[in-house]
Amino acid sequence: MPTSNDLAKLKQLPDASGHFGPYGGRFVSETLIAALQDLERTYEKLWRDPDFQAEFDRDLAHYVGRPSPLYFAERLTDHVGGAKIFLKREDLNHTGAHKVNNTIGQALLAKHTGKPRIIAETGAGQHGVASATVAARLGLECQVYMGIDDVERQKLNVYRMKLLGATVIPVESGTRTLKDAMNEAMRDWVTNVDNTFYIIGTAAGPHPYPKLVRDFQSIIGREARSQCLEQTGRLPDALVACVGGGSNAIGLFHPFIEDESVRMIGVEAGGDGVETGRHAAPLTVGRPGVLHGNRTYLMADEGGQIQGTHSISAGLDYPGVGPEHSWLKDCGRAEYTAATDDEAMDAFRLLTRIEGIMPALESSHAVAHAMKLAKEMDKDQIIVVNLSGRGDKDIHTVAEIDGIKV
Amino acid sequence: MSRIKICFDRLETQGRKALIPYVTAGDPAPQVTVPLLHAMVEAGADILELGIPFSDPMADGPTIQLACERALLHNTSIIDVLAMVKTFREQDQETPIVLMGYLNPIEMTGYERFVELASDAGVDGVLTVDLPPEESTAFVSLLNEKDMDAIYLLAPTTEESRVSEVCRQGSGYVYYVSVKGVTGSAELDVDEVAAKVAMIRKHTNLRIGVGFGIRDAASARAISAVSDGAIVGSVLVNQIAALADTPDQIPAAVAAIVKDMRTAMDA
Repeated sequence: MPTSNDLAKLKQLPDASGHFGPYGGRFVSETLIAALQDLERTYEKLWRDPDFQAEFDRDLAHYVGRPSPLYFAERLTDHVGGAKIFLKREDLNHTGAHKVNNTIGQALLAKHTGKPRIIAETGAGQHGVASATVAARLGLECQVYMGIDDVERQKLNVYRMKLLGATVIPVESGTRTLKDAMNEAMRDWVTNVDNTFYIIGTAAGPHPYPKLVRDFQSIIGREARSQCLEQTGRLPDALVACVGGGSNAIGLFHPFIEDESVRMIGVEAGGDGVETGRHAAPLTVGRPGVLHGNRTYLMADEGGQIQGTHSISAGLDYPGVGPEHSWLKDCGRAEYTAATDDEAMDAFRLLTRIEGIMPALESSHAVAHAMKLAKEMDKDQIIVVNLSGRGDKDIHTVAEIDGIKV
Repeated sequence: MSRIKICFDRLETQGRKALIPYVTAGDPAPQVTVPLLHAMVEAGADILELGIPFSDPMADGPTIQLACERALLHNTSIIDVLAMVKTFREQDQETPIVLMGYLNPIEMTGYERFVELASDAGVDGVLTVDLPPEESTAFVSLLNEKDMDAIYLLAPTTEESRVSEVCRQGSGYVYYVSVKGVTGSAELDVDEVAAKVAMIRKHTNLRIGVGFGIRDAASARAISAVSDGAIVGSVLVNQIAALADTPDQIPAAVAAIVKDMRTAMDA
């Protein structure tokens, strides 16, 4: 474990060139360099601007509905029989997930840069919906790239985006999931860089995206920290969040980095089990490489080709991860593990039945691991789980597993 | 001195411009590549750009994405690509070869091992699309130690203040990307390219190759007239795709396109 001095430094990352240790950076073709430098300048200026902060806070309060509650899941806690489990209710945000915290922030940046068109990539569709939502509100044109396999398994969100006025572009290249949607969005951006703002949905991609997405999402951790102190008089013992690209996790973790006593645990998509090779768990079993503009842990073969991934949840079905998680892992400040499709499904059903809260399949991975962890901990200890999204969008997937046609 | 500089110097004394074709290694099958490279040299290519297949070619349009997919069907690895270069060198010790691709296969091979193998195979330059100068200091020193050139891209969006910085790290030539977009996408504006090339020349003595958007003999001629060389990719790769089921015909068919361009450029 790093010293408190190290932790203070860790919290200040990325460095001026966008690196978290060896991770992060700006690995893009030359055409995008100027746009990224521009974005960095705009962001650094606005993030320090009290008027921008006030506008962001106002939108989070009155449009998103923040603060989101920190809820003590008493029946779940009793059922598991261990540490107290609290849920950070990002599922109650407008549009139903944490994604909107970031899209509100980036849309405000887009507004300030005067670009009339936004593009986004999406996996489960939550980021696509959140982008389409802010585009509707600001009167911006919006195109969302989505792998054609995800278009199929997230029909409801596809229709939501269309109702919001966005164009959903199904991506048929590669593995036809989130990574391919991101490739296509990058290609669009290279072509239309003059009039287009690319809203990346996770804390990954070229600098400054991992930083600015984290900063916009850190509202989750700041609220959770003060809510926990207020409700229990102390800090939690552990934080648990699912990790695909890792934006909800870094949003929860970052404000706690210097709180040495707080364990931070990211839960990746174990799919059929990490030993089967059918999963999406680069931090658990992958290795460092470069994809989508940053150096980070990846699922790649020995020749460097990116491998196909599998997860029941489209939002976690991604072969990379945000670079800050890679560095938190190497430093030993955060731990990463995986939950399988089946474990996530069990958690989905249990939370729905005993708490009346239907979690997104992504968030169900975090719930599944929190239940395991709680059993090993004392009853007076506290776990905060990021319930990053609601499960309505997943009803088709669950019904299909149950053999029911909805 | 690298083969690339020797090549450009020779062309300059002859009053000619470089013709630089690109193909993806292993497309549509591994055995096609070496004969294809020889055929293109025979048809008048001066420098060869050989693509390292990658699963996620973010800066490329559908034409080269599909070429990568065809090559990866046969698992054409970076090691296989280097072996192709080595085989090519058995018969041709003069024509410069530039490997072009994305960083991850190189990173996974390891910079030192890759540079060692590339030097041994007879590679002359490396263009890594997603490795801008800011991230490539270590890699470039390794390349330069082995007398290989790091080729960088400049784009229409590159600010003038940045041009000299990019060119300082590069050698061999710089590759000016003539359009905003992916490979094989938009129409060329020759006047705009000419203006940009003139601006770049103010900041560097490096030769300037121009690519993206050259699709026939006329555009190859027009672009080479305002630069030091024309880089041609998608139009050749489309021809390869069209003949993917009859790979024996590929070298001659692609060479015919190269020859047309050569003739137009030298006219």
